[in-house]
Amino acid sequence: MMKKLPNILLYTILIAIAVFQIYPLVWLFMFSLKNNQEIFAKSPFSLPEDPQWENYVKVWTNGNIGTYFFNSVWITALSILLTVLLASMVTFAITRMKWKLSKLVLGLFMVGLMIPVHSSLIPLFSMFLKADLIDNPLSIVITYTAYNLPITIMILLGFYYSLPRELEEAALLDGCSVNRLFFKIILPMTTPVMSTTVIINMIFNWNEFVFVNTFISSDKYKTLTVGIQNFIGQYMTDWGAIGATLMISIIPILIAFIFFSDRIIEGITAGAVKG
Amino acid sequence: MNKVLSNKFMIALYVLPALILVAILIFIPLGLTGYYGLMEWSGIGAMKFIGLENYKEVIKDPKFWNSVLHSFLLALFSTLSLGVYLLISLILASKIKGSSLLRKIYLIPMLLSSVAIAQLWMKVYHPTNGMLNRFLSILDIDNPPAWLADPSIVLYAIFIPILWQYAGFYILIYYAALKNIPEELIEAANIDGATPWQIAMKIKIPLISGIIKVTVVLAIVGSLKYFDLIYVMTGGGPNGASEVMASYMYKEAFGSYHFGYGSAIGFFLLIITLVTTFFIRKLTASKDDVQY
Repeated sequence: MMKKLPNILLYTILIAIAVFQIYPLVWLFMFSLKNNQEIFAKSPFSLPEDPQWENYVKVWTNGNIGTYFFNSVWITALSILLTVLLASMVTFAITRMKWKLSKLVLGLFMVGLMIPVHSSLIPLFSMFLKADLIDNPLSIVITYTAYNLPITIMILLGFYYSLPRELEEAALLDGCSVNRLFFKIILPMTTPVMSTTVIINMIFNWNEFVFVNTFISSDKYKTLTVGIQNFIGQYMTDWGAIGATLMISIIPILIAFIFFSDRIIEGITAGAVKG
Repeated sequence: MNKVLSNKFMIALYVLPALILVAILIFIPLGLTGYYGLMEWSGIGAMKFIGLENYKEVIKDPKFWNSVLHSFLLALFSTLSLGVYLLISLILASKIKGSSLLRKIYLIPMLLSSVAIAQLWMKVYHPTNGMLNRFLSILDIDNPPAWLADPSIVLYAIFIPILWQYAGFYILIYYAALKNIPEELIEAANIDGATPWQIAMKIKIPLISGIIKVTVVLAIVGSLKYFDLIYVMTGGGPNGASEVMASYMYKEAFGSYHFGYGSAIGFFLLIITLVTTFFIRKLTASKDDVQY
């Protein structure tokens, strides 16, 4: 009895926190399926009486959500590809090749982890203005790549250090070139850690707001985060539509989380703890 | 064999693309911020050199110091909340059934975009139809506050979703660190009759002090540069009541087209962040020396 009581208390605390973390999302899902009449007149905690799936159809067809969604997908995917490839090449060169400045170069990338984005935003804006890259998705892709390189390299680093040296020695004795060694032998071996970095990059890029908000002005190039921010403005009072829009923007991440939660957790801990 | 791996051309080929990208898009802009702060510039057209005018003005600007105060308040709250997260992680890591599921649930808010979180919490805080005030009315609480419109509450009202967003992240990190502690140490203490509280305070927390320091730096630096939720939920208002350094910089530059002045604020943001990081590292390092 003495032992059971504190246990019940502990579970109550843990579950209360879980409810606090998840309930706002449950509430969001429920009002995304209600009409205004039900939202304003009935209890906010009730289940939707007659689920209004047409809220989702309405926001998907009545605006640019489809375009924003597509932009988010390809900008996220292209940036991930560039980031993980470039970061893998750098990490390979730093951990496996022999050169004097490798520590210094690694240090430079690691400094990139600490800087506040807002301190570089105005010069970045002016550079893109001069290069005619304002309102051009290319500016977003290269910015995402540059700003995610440091954290990606940091996550890759430990794995590369742990790869056995014998492997490449054998390959090089057989007359293997550096490119072959990297692309055919090392890179395939790093698949687990690469998938961790892919997922971390996906979360960062999919959710990024400031760069798109600052560098992109045309609707046809906006991503979901910025797109829904403007889109919601039009639906000021239609809560069901707002809820459906928000749900559409978070569903891909939630699905990714359901399937890859262990990798996501691994990536997040690896990214933070080694810092 | 060593020749192949020390081929200068190949090394350059592997390192330079990333290094050039980072240099152009991170380091050069950082340096330019300080320089642009010396200019009067509306974003388009020619810059005019005005010396240290912007910097002097920022130092005399009560709105700037107001935003600095708010950023540090956020840093203070984020750091204090770390203690709560540590406590939760200690409970979670003590052979609790379902701890894996709980950790995952805690983490979900961190995966969402700031815009989605901001829009959701604007609805939670909505004065008449929001979840919070509807709940308070069920409890028969009259005249609940208009959370985001009340200058005396708004800052703290925004802190809640910010903490909500990152709680799972810190719990996850502490949990991983606690799980790395060798079982034998805990068992030995158990046999010696130590209470769970003693084990936590005397063994577990000292053993993960390295991670705790990292999270303190992360929480403080993250708070000082915080922007997203505040920008979307209130834009720093009403009347500057929720303004932080980054939102003030953004408003001056991209809202009022004072790009020179915004750059000067951005430069102070950089310096304040770096100096604070340096001092926390110093402070936590010296504590370490005393302990061991």
